[in-house]
Amino acid sequence: MTQTMTTEKAPPPAVAGDGKSDKMTSRGVQVHYGEKRALHGIDIDIKANEVLALIGPSGCGKSTFLRCLNRMNDTIVGCRVTGRLTLDEEDIYDKALDVVQLRARVGMVFQKPNPFPKSIYDNIAYGPRIHGIADDGADMDAIVQRSLEGAGLWEEVKDRLQEPGTGLSGGQQQRLCIARAIAVSPEVILMDEPCSALDPIATAHVEELIDELRQLYTIVIVTHNMQQAARVSQKTAFFHLGDLVEHNLTSEIFTNPSDERTQGYITGRYG
Amino acid sequence: MASDHIVKSFDQELDGLKRGIATMGGLAESQIESAIQCITRRDGALAGRVVENDRRLDTMETEIANTVVRMLAQRQPMARDLRDIVASLKIASDLERIGDYAANLAKRAIALAQVQPVRPVAAIPRMGRLAQEIVKEVLDAYAERDLDRALTAWRRDEELDDLYNSLFRETLTYMMEDPRNITPCTHLLFIAKNIERIGDHATNVAETIHFLVAGGPIGEARPKGDLSSFAVVTPDQADPGQDVPA
Repeated sequence: MTQTMTTEKAPPPAVAGDGKSDKMTSRGVQVHYGEKRALHGIDIDIKANEVLALIGPSGCGKSTFLRCLNRMNDTIVGCRVTGRLTLDEEDIYDKALDVVQLRARVGMVFQKPNPFPKSIYDNIAYGPRIHGIADDGADMDAIVQRSLEGAGLWEEVKDRLQEPGTGLSGGQQQRLCIARAIAVSPEVILMDEPCSALDPIATAHVEELIDELRQLYTIVIVTHNMQQAARVSQKTAFFHLGDLVEHNLTSEIFTNPSDERTQGYITGRYG
Repeated sequence: MASDHIVKSFDQELDGLKRGIATMGGLAESQIESAIQCITRRDGALAGRVVENDRRLDTMETEIANTVVRMLAQRQPMARDLRDIVASLKIASDLERIGDYAANLAKRAIALAQVQPVRPVAAIPRMGRLAQEIVKEVLDAYAERDLDRALTAWRRDEELDDLYNSLFRETLTYMMEDPRNITPCTHLLFIAKNIERIGDHATNVAETIHFLVAGGPIGEARPKGDLSSFAVVTPDQADPGQDVPA
């Protein structure tokens, strides 16, 4: 890998205008874990109703950046986030902001499906209950059904809603987690390698789902699978050693990347 | 690309594709050369061999296509690798087509050898040599990944078009002059047209090289030299051996 790694701040990302508004923006975002700087000033705009894929080698900072977007890093001791991150032009690190509320607006799906040890129904109902979105009864039933339908799982589980969520297959569990995330009507969904523990069929279901969810939500997905990034996203951002190296239309990144580091990474060459 | 793939066999496969194109290109070039010789020497036996050899080009193209399909499935190539692999598929198909034209030239040579020689045939070696040079140039450009050479070859196709235009007019005047010239001149016209088409496929290869190296199409419009589609020659203009001004 080239030794002349730039740490200067890049100008605001310029990806050809497509008329979509910015759902989230990041300006000069740096993250320190103790003394170690994990992100070197990230500037990126995340457009509404678009899937942004974050790619890069392990330890490049892509998951760290993802976790900044709903302040999941707050829970890590010694982690310090500086710079400006906005959701609908509101600073999400504003002290007056309710983090629980933020995480309802910016939901998250993790690498390993992690359903609660509760029934399928309660897995979905949990969020709406604690956020006071609906009371148990017909309203909650409707939310559960709508969320499971949205996650493409309703037909498979509608007759066994009271069975434990942990009894589902891995792929179904992941879609249950997606259903759980959309039950609180978020605006943005963050996905951290959502398919890495799934077989190809389950992966295909989730990818199909991502494409549908894009109509309603903004999605940011971290993936190590280049083909998946190429399939599901409209924009791709390549991170390396804490820098955002390249951010562009996915079709450009995977056919004609402009940076040699991107080229080297996605084609599987020594850096 | 300065560095190698982590998976070494991927590099070997890419090298294999490059060698396959080089071999195909070499054969296509020598097919053109032999086909032109068939015409100038009125050599029917050589023509038979050229037609026979064309099968080898077809086989090579199929092999490259099979390799490409397998690599797409196994490697799921990205970025320059993807362009590289797709380019070899396209170039193989252009070279196969060039081979077809060379075989056509040889077939016409057999027919031409059976009738009286006509004067315009003298222009054929020059056209053939130029086509061969352009093909060689694009193949070198491919081997070196040399954008400038590819563009030079791409622009040279206009010369070939010009030669074709003048030969087209010349043969028409010969046909008007004496109906007995019609048979050889018609074959000659097809021969010239086939050579001109070889040049077009060579420009396709140049364009593919541009896609491979630069990631996109050539920005400028190619100079279009073949105007024979619009040409009309009347008996009053008939003046054998002279270029008729457009």
